[in-house]
Amino acid sequence: MKGMKRFWGKQTVIAAVSAAALALSGCAASSALNEEKEKPAANTEGDTVKVGVLHSLSGTMAISEVSLRDAELMAIEEINANGGVLGKQIEPVVEDGASDWPTFAEKAKKLLQKDEVATVFGGWTSASRKAMLPVFEQNNGLLWYPVQYEGMESSPNIFYTGATTNQQIVPSVTWLLENKGKSFFLIGSDYVFPRTANKEIKAQLKAEGGTLAGEEYTPLGHTDYSTLISKIKEKKPEVIYNTLNGDSNVAFFKQLKDAGITADDITVLSVSIAEEEIRGIGTDILTGHYAAWNYFQTTDTPENKKFVAAYKKAYGDDRVTGDPIEAAYNAVYLWAAAVEKAGSFDVDAVKKAAGGIEFKAPGGTVTIDGDNQHTYKTARIGEIQAAGQFKEVWNSGEPVKPDPYLETYSWAEGLN
Amino acid sequence: MDKKKLGYWLFFIALFLGPLYLTEFRLALLGKFLCFALVALGICLIWGYTGILSLGHGVYFGLGAYCTAMYLKLEAAGGTLPDFMEWSGVTALPAFWQPFSNPVFALSASLLIPALLAAMLGFLTFKNRIKGVYFSLISQAVVVVFVTLFVAKQDWTGGTNGLTNFTTFLGFSLASPLVQIVLYLMTVLILGASFTLAAALTKSRAGRVLSAVRDGENRVRFLGFNPTSYKVFVYSLSAALAGLAGTLFVLQVGLISPAMMGIIPSIEMVLWVAVGGRYSLIGAVLGAIVVNSAKSFFSESYPDIWSIFLGLLFIIVVMFLPNGIVGAVNSWNEKRVKSKRKGGTADAADSVVS
Repeated sequence: MKGMKRFWGKQTVIAAVSAAALALSGCAASSALNEEKEKPAANTEGDTVKVGVLHSLSGTMAISEVSLRDAELMAIEEINANGGVLGKQIEPVVEDGASDWPTFAEKAKKLLQKDEVATVFGGWTSASRKAMLPVFEQNNGLLWYPVQYEGMESSPNIFYTGATTNQQIVPSVTWLLENKGKSFFLIGSDYVFPRTANKEIKAQLKAEGGTLAGEEYTPLGHTDYSTLISKIKEKKPEVIYNTLNGDSNVAFFKQLKDAGITADDITVLSVSIAEEEIRGIGTDILTGHYAAWNYFQTTDTPENKKFVAAYKKAYGDDRVTGDPIEAAYNAVYLWAAAVEKAGSFDVDAVKKAAGGIEFKAPGGTVTIDGDNQHTYKTARIGEIQAAGQFKEVWNSGEPVKPDPYLETYSWAEGLN
Repeated sequence: MDKKKLGYWLFFIALFLGPLYLTEFRLALLGKFLCFALVALGICLIWGYTGILSLGHGVYFGLGAYCTAMYLKLEAAGGTLPDFMEWSGVTALPAFWQPFSNPVFALSASLLIPALLAAMLGFLTFKNRIKGVYFSLISQAVVVVFVTLFVAKQDWTGGTNGLTNFTTFLGFSLASPLVQIVLYLMTVLILGASFTLAAALTKSRAGRVLSAVRDGENRVRFLGFNPTSYKVFVYSLSAALAGLAGTLFVLQVGLISPAMMGIIPSIEMVLWVAVGGRYSLIGAVLGAIVVNSAKSFFSESYPDIWSIFLGLLFIIVVMFLPNGIVGAVNSWNEKRVKSKRKGGTADAADSVVS
């Protein structure tokens, strides 16, 4: 009898732990019963509409992605202050993708199925976008992805408000060939964006009369560039095309400077260094080098003055804006405009209405291309100044039509 | 004995009836956690029972997942090249991809490739009597090798993006909720079967040798056993369990990338077992479920500061529950028994409790 009692004591505790585990994962059985099991659709009853905001708030990508969340929340607040969308206030549901791709997929599913959001703004890395893509396609959700990327994609359930390659990389290579030199050295972090981008750059160099002095990849987070810099010294390129990501840039630029190579000797053009990253890397070692984007904090439009002032007012004077931040901000306004035009939050209706939607963005007018769901954007190249800001040295004059598969470039034929 | 089994059965039935009381989203989460529990089961066998600390089980999990993912990707491509190969400039399907269009081959490979790799690695290290922290370091090195390889061979593996965007499995749409419920139930059954198998192993003669290897490998050797073969066996069994978990993971989550086989996930896997209790199979299973549920719960409720809560959970467990949750329950139980015994009513049956 006693043995039995003891047994149940132990089992009760283990059972309690199991029950707690189940309850946690079930997030309480009572609420589970209330959650609908049918196919998710945006819940737009009541006087608010929920939207998802899904960026990495922890992990290695948090340093970049937190600013995107801030910009999106700011846009939502502004729209709400002006009466909301279709008369409803927007209610953001913030989730943390944790720099982990399955987590992005998990949270995207949660936002669509449990919170029944009308749309989601989120992602930074291509890997996170690729992880979320099937979730949005299967649940017919809507994702606004705000970062420049390698192209070669056009999902019916994603709107891309960052640049595709023909709005950033292609024009910058042409500009370098015309202004800085023919001999290119390509360096990048070892992942999809640099490898795909460099494949395109090599095809373009061949077509436009450039030469390839070298091509090197280092793992993400790599910090020792002495070997690579000796190779650069040996090959004597005129241009280094830099697709390194994150911390590696600090090490690379510092060691490049220590090796006695300045911007006057070799021009470095980067595609992943914005105002935020300049602050982290240090302006002294970057001064005189270039970056290609669609927006700079210094871009001279009335909308941008307002945007920068509002961003600093909301989040502090020491904060800077930048291209992905602007693209994230634009995404919210573009979605709101598409909803207004559609007169509904329904995903299919919004997609149908989105083509041709225009927004006077801080970086100049952007327009949604109805066919591939990217946006027309002005390409810009800036020189890094000692103050940590860019001086624009070139722009495309007018917004460039997005061409994610580079179909209008004859040299890109073999790439897709 | 039968009553202890009853507790396990209740837990198993509670899991099996999941689709009745969980929403589609929560069910998918629990299914994912059960895959992790399967990995934890394997780690418990080698770490808790045999004393081999592997910090590289992400590789076996990843290899199993990739084998199945390759099949799914080919099925989704429907006879053409997978999408990522097209934009990486590959013109013909690489030869080693071709057999993976057969589901039987792919699924058996997802078990056998991790098991064979583990057997090979285990044979080389255990035979040369490499153990303890040196073995852990080697297992970490294997992780680095595989992750670097998978990232660099973008045209073969999909690079950092990994393999994703699958449509069907054996012709059934993966997006259909019914298929997901069937996959979940399969996961529960496989976990249950693996648990029974692992429990039988630990109670068998071979299981006693494994514990003996943990507690005194040289003595085992002097007694005439060959510890190497026992260790290689249990190590590759645990790799096969991880590979199986990878398969179930890919089917339910629809994604595998090198990030999931990296160093951090590999260490996390050991952490689940540590939290649950490394000397107990049920502890490993509960640990995986509890830690991952807590992770989801905290990150949904406090997206800005959830990692602090999770960190606190780990610190509390490591500081106050060195043998994990189940270890703590057991020792608390023993204490209770002892204090009762002091009351003077001890009977013989008490000593049977383990």
